[in-house]
Amino acid sequence: MIEAAALRKRFGSVEAVREVSFCASDGSITGLLGPNGAGKSTTLRMLYGVLRPDGGSARIDGLDIRGETSAARAHLGVLPHAAGLYGNLTGRENIAYFGSLHGIARRRLAERITELCRALDMQSFLDRRAKGFSQGQRIKVALARALVHDPANVILDEPTNGLDVMAIRNLREILSNLRSQGRCIVFSSHVMQEVSALCDHVVIIGRGNVLAQGTLQEIRERSGTAGGRAGGSATLEEAFLEILGDTQGLA
Amino acid sequence: MHALLTVFAKEVLENLRDRRTLVSALLFGPLFGPILFGAMVSRMLNQGVIESDEPLSITISGGERAPNLERYLESQGVRLHAEALSESAARARVRKDGVLVLLVPADFAPRFEQARPAPVFVVADSSDSQTRKGADRLHALLAGYASGIAQLRLQVRGVDPLLAVPIAVNDIDVTTPSGRAVVVLGFMTYFVLFSVLMGGLYLAIDCTAGERERGSLESLLSLPVARAALVGGKILATCAYMCLSLAINLAAFVFVFRFVPLERLGMSANLGVGTALEFFAICLPFVPLGAALMTLVASFTRSYREAQTYLTSVLLVPTLPIAFASIYSLKTKSSLMVIPSLSQHLLMTSVLKDEPISAADVFVSSGSALLLALVLIVLTARHWRRESMLG
Repeated sequence: MIEAAALRKRFGSVEAVREVSFCASDGSITGLLGPNGAGKSTTLRMLYGVLRPDGGSARIDGLDIRGETSAARAHLGVLPHAAGLYGNLTGRENIAYFGSLHGIARRRLAERITELCRALDMQSFLDRRAKGFSQGQRIKVALARALVHDPANVILDEPTNGLDVMAIRNLREILSNLRSQGRCIVFSSHVMQEVSALCDHVVIIGRGNVLAQGTLQEIRERSGTAGGRAGGSATLEEAFLEILGDTQGLA
Repeated sequence: MHALLTVFAKEVLENLRDRRTLVSALLFGPLFGPILFGAMVSRMLNQGVIESDEPLSITISGGERAPNLERYLESQGVRLHAEALSESAARARVRKDGVLVLLVPADFAPRFEQARPAPVFVVADSSDSQTRKGADRLHALLAGYASGIAQLRLQVRGVDPLLAVPIAVNDIDVTTPSGRAVVVLGFMTYFVLFSVLMGGLYLAIDCTAGERERGSLESLLSLPVARAALVGGKILATCAYMCLSLAINLAAFVFVFRFVPLERLGMSANLGVGTALEFFAICLPFVPLGAALMTLVASFTRSYREAQTYLTSVLLVPTLPIAFASIYSLKTKSSLMVIPSLSQHLLMTSVLKDEPISAADVFVSSGSALLLALVLIVLTARHWRRESMLG
């Protein structure tokens, strides 16, 4: 479970995140949806503890990411926006490096990589140098690296960026599998289809604030009434634009 | 500790597969000094041969006006090439071909006969060291000829020619063979320190700016691993490459000195395996200092290219104290041992001169380098804990 409580972050004079609170539960996929520069990445970076919030707190399975960083991170797998690999290492070595840094013993690590290799279908390229990987292969290895310690919670920052249609479908399948294993998944995106195809819970972020959150159905219904139409008839995209339009009018 | 060793092993392996790192750390860095050095000393040897053995060769214009002078020069082993040149043509010739020209003007003979100073012109390009040396030799020959003529004239007039020689100048050169060797070998200590830094240069970049440029840094920073362990492992890997580079460098120097006949330059240098081992021990405390300095500087940069720019200036840092010391001609003193790079330079020079080294000096030299290294490592680890590390 991942909880964000009134997270706040400012860079100089820019208020990147004003107040973001949500709760992502186990066995579900939570999508952070918002335009570029809305504060999605900053929020996620506070969740996995590379940025220090100016206010509020973040908890992973009840562990405070600031106070109990190491313990909280042991429960968390992270695929950051820039998830580069070490080009001179093979896919397997890339994954093993992170596994070893998590303190996983050698034998267990080898087993775990075999498991991940099967789950993510990486047999054909796992032992090649990462230099020559396609974007799809790279994201798979990066994901395997994030999952090597079998974390109950996974955070992904715009994971579908730069992937082709096949790779995106593939990733969707992988995320559904992770959900069915009972993990808590949070990912950010500015692509409607991703969110509507995958998410159980949607958090719409604009200008550093949570503008709306709930199930897909709830979001659609909410905007439907706001727009004066029959409840539930709007698509997610219409709802999204309408919710965003509200604040743009306010601001 | 486990994490630190994991990082260390990964950085060593990864860079072992990187051609750029290998070429710079294990080839260019350590071999640059010895090769340049070998070439430099061989050239000095050849030049020495030219100076003393090869006959001086000059172009002479209007030689028929001074047949005695010509005969004298030839008797001194000078090769004369007669060629009629005006003064401006001689200037052009010298500028173009770098030759040495002796002009005997038309009024030479009449003035000589009247026992008035008879003019000759030596046309040379003094910015060319070869021609300048030739001109110096020609001057000496002309002076010898002139004083011979002067003495004859005095004798003819019944004056003791020794009256015209009020002072007899004698040169006594006290340079000892090993002293001269140290002047040349003074460069060597810088090459040794240079190879130490070159060995770790690309690793320091790859571990920091490279990690950021590849986009692997954020993943690494989200792991449940202390930043100090990450920094420690990276600096340790950098140290390993620096030690390797130093070892290759010293081996190459020992090898080169086998073939360079320093004795022929009147030098004796005791650079054998034993000296190389002493050098290694002297430079060892400088290794973590250099590694920490380069890693710290590279940690502030955003890209490979930027890091390269800044670290190239770091390569010059160890020259500063050495240059300072040679400008002020500082002698080995215990108080100077607190300055890293200078202390290594002084200790290595003492080894080359076969001077005794005090244990206290070695202790202070290593201690100050290691202490400064520790400070820099702590600063680097602190920087890595900051948010701005994400870039």
